[in-house]
Amino acid sequence: MTGRVSIRYFARSAAAGGLAGLFLILSLPSPADASETAVSAERGAKIYKACASCHMVGPNAKNRVGPQLNGIFGRRAADIDGFNYSDDIRRAGATGLHWTAEKLDIYIENPQSLVSGTRMQFRGLKDPQDRADVIAYLRKFSDNPRDIPEAAPTAKHDPEVPPEVLAIQGDPAYGEYLSGECVTCHQETGGDAGIPSITGWPSDVFVTAMHAYRSKAREHPVMRMIAAPLADEEIAALAAFFETKGQ
Amino acid sequence: MTITRRGFTAFSAAMAASFYAPKVIGQTKPKVVVIGGGAGGATAARYIAKDSKGAIDVTLIEPTRNYYTCFFSNLYLGGFRDFESIGHSYGKLASDYGINVIHDWATGVDRDAKTVSLASGTTVPYDRLVIAPGIDFKYETVPGYSIEAQNRMPHSWKAGSQTQLLKAQVDAMPEGGTFVMVAPPNPFRCPPGPYERVSMIAHVLKQKNPTAKIVILDPKEKFSKQGLFMEGWEKYYPGMIEWLPASMTEGVTRVDPATMEIETPLDTFKADAANVIPGQKAGHIAEAAGLTDDSGFCPIVPATMQSQKDENIHVLGDATIAGDMPKSGFSANSQAKVAAMAVRAGLTDSKLFPARFANTCWSLIETDDGVKVGAKYEATDEKIAKTDGFISQTGEDAALRKQTYEESVGWYDGITKDIFG
Repeated sequence: MTGRVSIRYFARSAAAGGLAGLFLILSLPSPADASETAVSAERGAKIYKACASCHMVGPNAKNRVGPQLNGIFGRRAADIDGFNYSDDIRRAGATGLHWTAEKLDIYIENPQSLVSGTRMQFRGLKDPQDRADVIAYLRKFSDNPRDIPEAAPTAKHDPEVPPEVLAIQGDPAYGEYLSGECVTCHQETGGDAGIPSITGWPSDVFVTAMHAYRSKAREHPVMRMIAAPLADEEIAALAAFFETKGQ
Repeated sequence: MTITRRGFTAFSAAMAASFYAPKVIGQTKPKVVVIGGGAGGATAARYIAKDSKGAIDVTLIEPTRNYYTCFFSNLYLGGFRDFESIGHSYGKLASDYGINVIHDWATGVDRDAKTVSLASGTTVPYDRLVIAPGIDFKYETVPGYSIEAQNRMPHSWKAGSQTQLLKAQVDAMPEGGTFVMVAPPNPFRCPPGPYERVSMIAHVLKQKNPTAKIVILDPKEKFSKQGLFMEGWEKYYPGMIEWLPASMTEGVTRVDPATMEIETPLDTFKADAANVIPGQKAGHIAEAAGLTDDSGFCPIVPATMQSQKDENIHVLGDATIAGDMPKSGFSANSQAKVAAMAVRAGLTDSKLFPARFANTCWSLIETDDGVKVGAKYEATDEKIAKTDGFISQTGEDAALRKQTYEESVGWYDGITKDIFG
């Protein structure tokens, strides 16, 4: 019943033209509009009113029809003591569902797509801009990575590129640009104290190592994180650059 | 039709690139002036000079002749490094990269004429300006504190003589004395820094003054790597360190450098040595140049680090509103490379690639016990956003903690070469 109220409220505010106006701006980009389509926690606060009847945030937030959402980022699903979650969402949490920006986006779009038996009666926010704004607003009630660097990520991951053959000719100029983030730790001069030197490595050795980090065959968490988003062409480019660096 | 985030970021980057004037042709080289020779500014100067292969004239304005890094200054406090080992000169940037290093203060920026005024009375012209002025203090966040108080109650949040002063004051503490830290409110330079400092001072006191106590008065309810620090403090310095958040003390109401008293509604603390770290804002020149907003920091365009207030100016490091990136030397160095690439793309034929950012903060808790937190970030249309990260875990074995510390030593070597050549 509360869910239906939320949808009526949502439909009412959409009809008021605010969100329809947003749609128009999104579909006709121009330089002057660039700042208006940026994600806005302020706009998110207004959209959140549709959620607020069930989910409190801020100081003195309590569980109501839905659990309070302070500190939601990084939290395991169905985590709050004393709240009557559905069995389904408890199971999802137990098997590892954590509220990342990505998962929140999927859930808010259509809760049942993530948790079939969820008790959250909400038809979903269909507009990705609205969801991004609400998530930005919710973010204010969770740890900020700027102040607590270990706090949960706020951006969605890009989809991974499928693996390709090792024998890609890397572009050393592109590799030189990418190497900016390597050389703060791996000294360009080849110095080897505490962090291994990678200058002059044969490129197939380099590529093999980076793929091992990317596939998590190797343990090191920093290197796994660095390798994870690299495409095959980028690994090849880095390999080509570091191979020539030693010459 | 909706625009994906990625499409928008590429769009913003293209728009940012098109803000620049057409590529320079003709005889005079384009000029880039960098204000601030720290992890942000010196890196930007070096990368612009190095990667443009002499096509761009680079001037670096930095008042200090020898730069003492804030990062690793805590290790000097702890006795793990000597003072000179954290000092770096600008000679190589001048000799090996052809950068015009001017030891002077920038006192003003004329954004219409595109000139920087220096304290010596000279003026330097620019085509593009990079401002990396670090932080200045909001003294009003600690009632009773001022620039006049900093020799009795050092902040030591700008490394150099303030760090040497604090170390001497800790050494001079009477037996069983009390060290009080007033920790800063968010956002501030180096989120784990105050707590690493406490660890390092505890390490010193454990050896020289084991009945001494440390009190941390914190306006915050939570801090970076809190679980790791508290585990370490309990393990190595049990009973020595007391962390009091604002919910317990109701906040610091007054500090008195003459009496060394620090007042809160909970209690008044009499410090034998005190470290007061006030709230922070961008280095003053950024405000003087009109680049700050109400927060006191500079809003930037994530894809290029351009100031949102002036497309010919890039702002780096602690002075910026950098979204999810914490204020750190590593972040400044990372942002500098994005800015350097954008500056070169605007002035020469070089390419503008999508911005990539990273940060890692290492902290030393005790000898051979190091921890770290780090992350990667991307430029979105809204801000620099964290995409992935890692943090050391409580209960890690000694071998891993030792390796983490050694890694930090290797990193320091690497990054200082990356900054200063």
